[in-house]
Amino acid sequence: MSDINDKDKKNQVDEKGTSRREFLKEAAGGTLSAATLAAGAGALLSGKDEAEAKATWGEWFQKNYRLMTDEEKKEAVDRLEKRYSEEYGKKTSVDSVPAQEGVLFGYALNIQKCIGCRRCVYACVKENNQSRHDPEIQWIRVLKMEKGNFLQENMDKGYPDPAGIQVGGNAYQNSGVVLEGEHYYEPEQVPEKGHFYLPMQCMQCEKPPCVKVCPVRTTYREPDGVVVIDYNWCIGCRMCVSACPYWARRFNWGEPNLPAEEMNPVTHYLGNRPRMKGVAEKCTFCLQRTRQGRYTACVEVCPVGARKFGNLLDPESEVRKILEKKRVFRLKAELNTYPKFFYFMD
Amino acid sequence: MKPIIRFAIDSLLYVAKGSAMFYGWLMFLGFFMLLMVYGAYEQFTQGMIVTNYNDQVSWGLYEAQFVFLVGVAAAAVTVVFPSYVYHHKKLKEIVVLGEMLAIAAVSMVIIFIMFHMGRPDRLWHLLPGIGIFNWPNSMLTWDVLVLNGYLGLNVVCGFYYLYKRYVGQEVNKSFYMPLVYISIVWALSIHTVTAFLINTMPSRPMWFHSMMPIKFITTAFAAGPSMIILSFLIIRKYTKLKIADEAIETLSQIVTWCLGIAIFLGISEVVTELYPGTEHSFSLQYLIFGKHGLSGLVIWYWASVILMVSAFFMLLSPKLRRNHGFWLPLACAMTFAGIWIDKGMGLVVPAFIPSPIGEFSEYTPSAIEIINTLGGWASGLFIYTLLAKGAIGVLLGEVKYAEKWNLASDWQPIVHTEETYK
Repeated sequence: MSDINDKDKKNQVDEKGTSRREFLKEAAGGTLSAATLAAGAGALLSGKDEAEAKATWGEWFQKNYRLMTDEEKKEAVDRLEKRYSEEYGKKTSVDSVPAQEGVLFGYALNIQKCIGCRRCVYACVKENNQSRHDPEIQWIRVLKMEKGNFLQENMDKGYPDPAGIQVGGNAYQNSGVVLEGEHYYEPEQVPEKGHFYLPMQCMQCEKPPCVKVCPVRTTYREPDGVVVIDYNWCIGCRMCVSACPYWARRFNWGEPNLPAEEMNPVTHYLGNRPRMKGVAEKCTFCLQRTRQGRYTACVEVCPVGARKFGNLLDPESEVRKILEKKRVFRLKAELNTYPKFFYFMD
Repeated sequence: MKPIIRFAIDSLLYVAKGSAMFYGWLMFLGFFMLLMVYGAYEQFTQGMIVTNYNDQVSWGLYEAQFVFLVGVAAAAVTVVFPSYVYHHKKLKEIVVLGEMLAIAAVSMVIIFIMFHMGRPDRLWHLLPGIGIFNWPNSMLTWDVLVLNGYLGLNVVCGFYYLYKRYVGQEVNKSFYMPLVYISIVWALSIHTVTAFLINTMPSRPMWFHSMMPIKFITTAFAAGPSMIILSFLIIRKYTKLKIADEAIETLSQIVTWCLGIAIFLGISEVVTELYPGTEHSFSLQYLIFGKHGLSGLVIWYWASVILMVSAFFMLLSPKLRRNHGFWLPLACAMTFAGIWIDKGMGLVVPAFIPSPIGEFSEYTPSAIEIINTLGGWASGLFIYTLLAKGAIGVLLGEVKYAEKWNLASDWQPIVHTEETYK
């Protein structure tokens, strides 16, 4: 438990904006020796050195995470911690905390409150070490939805059939329509007039189509309901990308570009540790945070409190109260994927 | 020396010798294969970012070739089935050429799968035993199983038959025939499973209909035999192997009717989707008419329609169909090209447009994708040329086990004469 608190503290220090120099000093005082750091810097300059090559080989031959013994898990985690620490020049922790018993994570989003500011998108990128450019990866997408307006002049511009009888009309601009998947909006100010917003991310389905189609079982549902990916086992076939009805999965088309100074060193093996090229990734409900009893980055950052997160098995939790009291719906419910990501209105 | 080793050596020596035109052809293919080596190097070192794939359109040119070529591989059954079930004598003589085409087509499929994978270095995760297989849940694991099984069946059937001819013995029917019958059913399975691979995803409404497997099989049995006919016409012209008109006629009738059914299924799909015009028809609307100002595939779609329909009417006329000098090869080339579009880019790409959240974006292949694709095809044709040449040598009796060549009764070399040609 002390270990967990330690990590938490470190993360907070980092969030306050510890300079990189201080971080390195701290790291040097810790388990990492100055020699390792020097070797790491060397590795950064020369591209590859023996230790890194060894780590690469070790990673290449490791088993599917779920099938590893505790020892093998520890070995894999140590190997990654060492490699990341060298690669990014700061002490990086790779967590392997398993799911807690009696916990099923759920999420509820108030579409009435969301103002489309996209702070959640950027907080998520920062927290979860997504590639910043080429490819630019964002796990959350905020859709701008059109509010309905009917124009009187369109009423009679219908489709008359040859007998002159009108069989349809042009007054069909209904509300809540996504026009061409509008998630690239860039207004001066949000919310914009005549619109509302619908953020989407991985729905953590109870019956996830992505898990079913994966040929090597690299993506699976954890006991706390989070669908995770073992990035080291993924073969990059993108069946999951095609099968996801919510467009939640992203692919590392090239080597991810994650600047060392922006890298978040508090990571989880199944969560936000830096990825490699050619593998799929997606939202994990920030399991590096939530398994330690913290909120996800998007919940923390939301300025209007539209995002709620909690344990679906706990009748007293906020999400359970919302499911009980509010008008709640799931996206694409007809597909029977049973998302644990709910939308609601006051 | 063991006959099997002699078989290998003799075949290799025979395949290595050829006319200037033969070498010219191989060098022409070799040029594209070299380009592919460069393209593969770029893609495997930098990642798939050298392609124009993105999170919206995450499958493209490679998967289009994959889907189409599985069909070509399955189409070997259009030679095998009439030979062994209807005892079509003239086809039976050359049935092994169909099996060689299947081997070449599956090899191409494997090449395109390598290009499809984000992490080809981790393909061993798919090997049972050391990796883990999501079987029976994942359709892709089924596809891996049936495709490799099909490759194995064709290698065993094809080379066993050739070896027996090489030593001049009859095939052991109790070993060979069960494999032949299994391979007939297996051929249907590879294309059915490939259809299931894509039509079991409700996230892609354009693919999500139960007509997909039968449409896959009919288009495969039109495009595949078209290619077989073309290769037979070439073989007949440039080698001494006689391939009877009767054999070609049977194949061209198969092409005709499968193409007719494929066109009918295409019409059914268009009417079913476009009449109610729900959101689920957006992909088809984009493909056929263009949508929201994006129309990259429209010209391809209509080209495919024109190619397929006019080829069908050409093939319907017995006079044109039996004109092996011009009309039949033309109709076959048109069928092949039409289905290559229809089942390739015309099927794979629009399913991703719009994306599941309704975003319309367009995709055009990158230069690396194009050279890798050309190289993949060149490799397949290279393999088929060598396999077919070796097989022809054995069929003609030019490659034989000289020490003890004791011909079985109906194993006379099939030598070309003008008379038997007809």
